[in-house]
Amino acid sequence: MLRRTTTISGIDAPARLAELLDHHDYLADEGVTTAAYLALRMGRPLFLEGEAGVGKTELAKTLAAILDAPLIRLQCHEGLDAAQAMYDWDFPRQLLHLKAAEAAGVADVAALEGEIYDRRFLIARPLLRALETQPSVLLVDEIDRADDEFEAFLLEVLSDFTISVPEIGTISAATPPVVVLTSNRTREVHDALKRRCLYHWLEHPGFDREVAILRRRLPGCAERLAADVARAAGRMREAGLLKPPGVAETLDWTEAMLTLGAAELDPALAAATLGALLKHREDQETVRAMGLLTPGGGRG
Amino acid sequence: MADGVAVTGRIRDGRSGDGPGPVAVLAGFARALRAAGVAADHHRTRNFLAALGHLDAADGRDVYWAGRLTLCAGPDDLPRYDRCFAAYFSASFAAPRRVRGTTVSVTRPVAAPYGAGEPETSGEPHAPAATASEAEVLRHRDVARMSEAERREVHRLLALLRGARQPRRSRRYRPSSHGGAADARRTVREILRHGGEPARLRRRVRGTRPRRVVMVVDVSGSMAAYADTLLRLAHALVRAEPRATEVFSAGTRLTRITPALRHRDPGLAMDACSAAIPDWSGGTRLGEEVRALLRLPDARGAIVVIASDGWERGPADLLGAQMARLSRLARRVVWVNPHKGDPAYRPMTAGIRAALPYVTDFVAGHSLAACEELAALLAGDRPVRRGGAEDA
Repeated sequence: MLRRTTTISGIDAPARLAELLDHHDYLADEGVTTAAYLALRMGRPLFLEGEAGVGKTELAKTLAAILDAPLIRLQCHEGLDAAQAMYDWDFPRQLLHLKAAEAAGVADVAALEGEIYDRRFLIARPLLRALETQPSVLLVDEIDRADDEFEAFLLEVLSDFTISVPEIGTISAATPPVVVLTSNRTREVHDALKRRCLYHWLEHPGFDREVAILRRRLPGCAERLAADVARAAGRMREAGLLKPPGVAETLDWTEAMLTLGAAELDPALAAATLGALLKHREDQETVRAMGLLTPGGGRG
Repeated sequence: MADGVAVTGRIRDGRSGDGPGPVAVLAGFARALRAAGVAADHHRTRNFLAALGHLDAADGRDVYWAGRLTLCAGPDDLPRYDRCFAAYFSASFAAPRRVRGTTVSVTRPVAAPYGAGEPETSGEPHAPAATASEAEVLRHRDVARMSEAERREVHRLLALLRGARQPRRSRRYRPSSHGGAADARRTVREILRHGGEPARLRRRVRGTRPRRVVMVVDVSGSMAAYADTLLRLAHALVRAEPRATEVFSAGTRLTRITPALRHRDPGLAMDACSAAIPDWSGGTRLGEEVRALLRLPDARGAIVVIASDGWERGPADLLGAQMARLSRLARRVVWVNPHKGDPAYRPMTAGIRAALPYVTDFVAGHSLAACEELAALLAGDRPVRRGGAEDA
């Protein structure tokens, strides 16, 4: 059994990290392992891109589990601003404090002014929380959804791992958090931000790894069914679908078939549960027409 | 490992006296990558060397991953990186993993002959029949029938086109001096500044951002007379809103040419376009190219402009199906067909007939005036009207 807590210094080789990832049921290939290893060792943010469902967010979660650190997640969206991402003052509490001081007849105005900008009135949002929590894993999810102005701002935090609050001063992390940024490429992220990061393009897993993932995550899954599903999914990813299935979807699909008692890719069950895998009617029709719902289907 | 041997050899060579040191060998690799079009600047090169400090610099796969993770910045870089890595470290070296599914190119046989129904391929470009009398002004003249000097003048005027954009509402709020909902945060902050005394109510409204325009310019043989003008129009649009415009060329494959069009000078931009577009004057497979476009995230909510005469080489039903999906994703689909400048033109080809039901606006774009109208259309962004089919 591995130790419950692992520190970054304990991870001294990519192979060691691969072992830990495997132990936490994340079956990583060489690229992901090396990327995560370098991110930990070099203290640099890891920028992950790839199609939806290839395991970008999952990697951040697994790293948090390995380091036994809290996962602090910043979900990006349009209109995200500093107050939502870094910190905000708790205005109602500050007002209350002022009113209470007034009622108590406090005369020292200068001291009172200092008091209302005390650290206890500062609400830490994900970025500040990540700097103040050690160790921690900071997940900046779907950075491509935030406005491009937000990147300039993130750049500052991620290059120095400090946040300056005008009323208090600079708050910096003693040891920088492990940072994972993900992007679905709905927008090109600015190069200045990428340059601070290690860049990795995640792909759908190959046949062998997908079989291993299915069997690991779904203990009741027979080797036969896992192989059939992985083969079908692999072919669907090459069939030019609107939305090729990701690992999350193949897991859902397999689980749905398992629930219905399948031990192999049964065409009737596969068709009945297809909605768990493909979310476009056109894709479902294409897959049916190509005969991909039978074991070994779609060949010849 | 064979891979390791190749790289080690190269780096060890560097260590042996007369040759460059290992750092120089690795920096040389970064330089080779830059030459191949990957933005491996000195900052990234430094990261590369730092990353190797944590890995085994004598192992080919470690060198490969350290370089790929630090020197590349996007999926387009990866095939270049693989090629460059193989070429630099060993002629026989193969990169650990082939990169799949990261390019947007649609391939088809380049040498496929023009099919029947293609207009005449020699001499006079198949411009619309003369709609312009000698007396008509330059702006209404068909660019395909212009002299070199007249065309230069039109290009000059095109470069002055403002290419304004109808804004869309952003999710982001901005302070407002009048109107809008109360901005609680700023109001309370204001009150705080006055020691708790009620102050002025602050308000906020939604900001605006320019609506995205995605333009696809057909550069196949049948569009040769118009492609230059339409690319200059695209240049004006990119210049007007560099962050909210994407331009692709469509020939035998879909190629993103937005970076080439970012040059300020139209002439330089056109030169960069010529270099970037690999398939001038070939055929077109619009169906597959629209499909490739749909795989990219750019079209959602955007105004999509397709500039093509619709001489489709692929199956028309494929084009129809892709256009149907495009019309559901995009805010509006504008089809620019230079032949529409001819009053006698009827959309008869299978391709255009399949596409028209899903087109919001069907416009000409054969002259300066038509280009100006198109720009005004984008700036006005009138409510969507599915009116393309009535022209058929």
